Amino acid sequence: MSVVDPPLKGPTARLARTWGDAPGLWGFIATVDHKRIAARYIVVTVALLVLDGLLALDMRLQLAFPALKRLEAQGYNEAFSLHGSAMMFLVSVPVMEAMAIWLVPLMLAQRNMAFPRLNAFSFWMYLEGVLMLWIPHLFNVTPDLGWFEYPPLSGPSYSPGHRADIWAQMITFTEVAALSASVNTFVTIMRMRPPGMTLARMPLFLWAMLITSLMTIFALPAVMLVTSMLISDRLVATHFFNPAMGGDVVLFQHIFWFFGHPEVYIIFIPALGFVAAITETFCRRTVFGYVPIVLSLVAIAVLAFGLWVHHMFAVGLPRLGASFYTAASLVIAIPAGLQIFCYIATIWAGRPRFATPLMWVVAFIVTFVIGGLSGVMTASAPLDLQLTDTYFVVAHLHYVLIGGAMFPLFGAFAYWYPKATGRLMSEAWGKVAFWLIVGGFNLGFFPMHLLGLMGMPRRIYTYPAETGWQPLNIVASAGSAIAGIGAAIFVANALLSLWRGKPAGSDPWGGATLEWATSSPPPPHNFDQTPVVSDLTPLWREQRQAMEGLAVEHRELLMTTPIEARPDYRQKSPSPSIWPLLTALTVSAMFVGSIFTPWALVWGALPIGATVTGWFWPKKQA
Amino acid sequence: MKPRCIWAAAFALGGCAGRQSVLAPAGEEASTLHGLLGLTLIVCGIAYLLVLVFLGAALWRSRLRLNHEPALAATPDDRRLSLGLAGWAGVMTIGIFLLAAASFLVDRTLARHDEAAAGDIRITGHQWWWRIEYRNPAGTGWIETANELHLPQGRPTRIDIRAADVIHSFWIPNLSGKIDMIPGRANHLTLTPHRLGWVRGQCAEFCGLQHARMALDVKVETPHDYAAWLSGQARPAAAASAPEAERGLTLITTGTCGSCHSIRGTSAQARAAPDLTHVAARRSLAAGTLPMTREALMGWITNPQALKPGAEMPASTLPPADMLAIATYLEGLR
Repeated sequence: MSVVDPPLKGPTARLARTWGDAPGLWGFIATVDHKRIAARYIVVTVALLVLDGLLALDMRLQLAFPALKRLEAQGYNEAFSLHGSAMMFLVSVPVMEAMAIWLVPLMLAQRNMAFPRLNAFSFWMYLEGVLMLWIPHLFNVTPDLGWFEYPPLSGPSYSPGHRADIWAQMITFTEVAALSASVNTFVTIMRMRPPGMTLARMPLFLWAMLITSLMTIFALPAVMLVTSMLISDRLVATHFFNPAMGGDVVLFQHIFWFFGHPEVYIIFIPALGFVAAITETFCRRTVFGYVPIVLSLVAIAVLAFGLWVHHMFAVGLPRLGASFYTAASLVIAIPAGLQIFCYIATIWAGRPRFATPLMWVVAFIVTFVIGGLSGVMTASAPLDLQLTDTYFVVAHLHYVLIGGAMFPLFGAFAYWYPKATGRLMSEAWGKVAFWLIVGGFNLGFFPMHLLGLMGMPRRIYTYPAETGWQPLNIVASAGSAIAGIGAAIFVANALLSLWRGKPAGSDPWGGATLEWATSSPPPPHNFDQTPVVSDLTPLWREQRQAMEGLAVEHRELLMTTPIEARPDYRQKSPSPSIWPLLTALTVSAMFVGSIFTPWALVWGALPIGATVTGWFWPKKQA
Repeated sequence: MKPRCIWAAAFALGGCAGRQSVLAPAGEEASTLHGLLGLTLIVCGIAYLLVLVFLGAALWRSRLRLNHEPALAATPDDRRLSLGLAGWAGVMTIGIFLLAAASFLVDRTLARHDEAAAGDIRITGHQWWWRIEYRNPAGTGWIETANELHLPQGRPTRIDIRAADVIHSFWIPNLSGKIDMIPGRANHLTLTPHRLGWVRGQCAEFCGLQHARMALDVKVETPHDYAAWLSGQARPAAAASAPEAERGLTLITTGTCGSCHSIRGTSAQARAAPDLTHVAARRSLAAGTLPMTREALMGWITNPQALKPGAEMPASTLPPADMLAIATYLEGLR
């Protein structure tokens, strides 16, 4: 290997042939290209976002008038259960993973993830989880107990049939997918950074994804465990959650929220990574406070595991324990608040250009801080007893998840769209969508704080007129509808810009990170050469360095050391394969079967063993 | 208290007058929490204002220096901004310390209420109604009723909270925060109402199909009225006054009604469903689903599944004349 300067033109066509997929269906199902896998993830999540949005509008219609008969009790309960479960498990977490799968190798100037076939397996498992929820819905076997199905309501006595099983097993699918993606992301960031990109020179987005993937690895097994316990209560009459037989229903809540609270940050921290990347590029300076931001992210990740009980204050826990979790929940506001300061300070000290991505960042600050502060309010154990399980919490969680995670995500879509497609999205329509979504969202969800204080519980399909909740419910419904129109314009803009958008060139925004160095859209192998990095903003330097030496005729990746990113060794990277899909199918067969009979775990293991053997069958060295 | 009420009213379109509202406290516990809410809103409001001012200033500043010089470079952090960051951390720490301390103190205050109170009432959550039992002040045992809670004014009352089937949450926002009703666990809540009149409570934890129709009427009375009401509740059911009502009672005790419901003083003694001994004295029917009128009673016993789909009570197959007799009898149970 030799350091070359200035960069030489690489043998692009040969590399593209080595890393490209076969044409046609075979290439489609066998691909291990991280960009194609991520694009599939994103298309599915956006489709689900649209479906879930329609469900939300249906619910808002039902609640706009007291005693309306649009959705009856069963229909409404199914609607919020599908909306919540799909948004939390099938949209928010996977879309952040998808952005990581797409961006991390590009930002590292690598040719693929560390485990390309695991990546493909992750997507197929995710897709089957999506089908697991929505195909039974077509046959009217829809989960109807919300996105956290507390026993004993979800237990065998009160939920016969398979609605609760579908929900619990859908989670198993998505968590297997999420764990695969997270392990992959973690190893990719730790071992595949370009030479010179030490931990201290890593873009903030990569820090965010590194921390998120680590959190995922710690948090998700908890929810798989608890839903498996629920399934075994339902299937083979274990009594984990049956108080009559010595079980404990509150145990479910503890384990669920031990996952559930970190999950919120698993969604939110990648969004902070988007905010950092966008702010840097459009303020045209490095983000203020790199070290405080990284430390804040780490602090959030640690604290997030120590405050799950604030979801359970109404359970009637010992008061001293509740006070501890109040303090822990309040403290997490500090690292979040510090980061907000840093992003505003970057705008203050920079020379901002107000293209749509940066506008989304401003909307993120204005909206998310409200959600953060309503979180501070619910953190107080005694005050939370008046707020939890009401529309105040509905408002809070949407301010955090939409304002805090979706707004940065929309910004990120607009920001990286030209890199992915080669064309720019329309700025004019982007601004129309921006104002409709941000305005409609705030109009729709701010009144919900007041509805909660006025005593409206969440998850009610109707209310009597005498409660006086109607006027604000009308406002909430109208606001949601406006935001829905904005979202439709956003999606239409993204679709039309595929054909009509202005050609972007490799670096339309003047970004500083490595993904802007390759062409838009990137070739199958992403980069001809491996850049050598010497600071945080490699593309803002006059002089760029790169190195060569990786194989051209077969797939090879450069591995570097975890801290200093010194070149370590060359790693063979696997070629396209259908085994990940076949393995995902056999695993799915076992998961689905285990809803009906415990023997599925025994006999279902055999085909899994066969497909995994196929996957890992040793090959002759090429 | 007052200015906050005005503030809330301005935004909540008269929320202060609400019968089911956190913003119109009618008891000591809710007032304490309302005070904490006010303090929290002030602290959070200031924090939000600071963020908006800084953001606004940053955006305004960027308008003033809108130059598009292309020099993109790694910029060292500004010293003044670093000081600002430290200051902001200090402000947040003070705010959070304040809120944590206030929250802790409020928690202790509520705990003290608990110790002072006597355990005179038990409430059990069912899908989708409330079983309410009062300790009989005259003798031994408990007086059972359902879906309507009476409380004496100005006296802390400790309520034991349980669940019969799934998790529910007991919440009367005007009186205090909620507490979950959990199978296999005993919880309790102390209420010290200070305003006379009716307020409304509602189940706050999703408990299945008809979670939305699991409400509770609450009447705060003077201790004297409360005692009188309770001694009335302790009496067995009123005797049937007319032959029609007499026939209704026979239909209840010999038919299916009596296999779930109980009417003290008759042979209907089952405990699976709400006690009907003084049902007509209640304000509403089916846990706040319908107002207590003759028509509603008729409609409910004829076809409860049309009014509250999924409720445990099956539709009746009796002829209309029998329904009328049953309704006539129930109407007399005051």
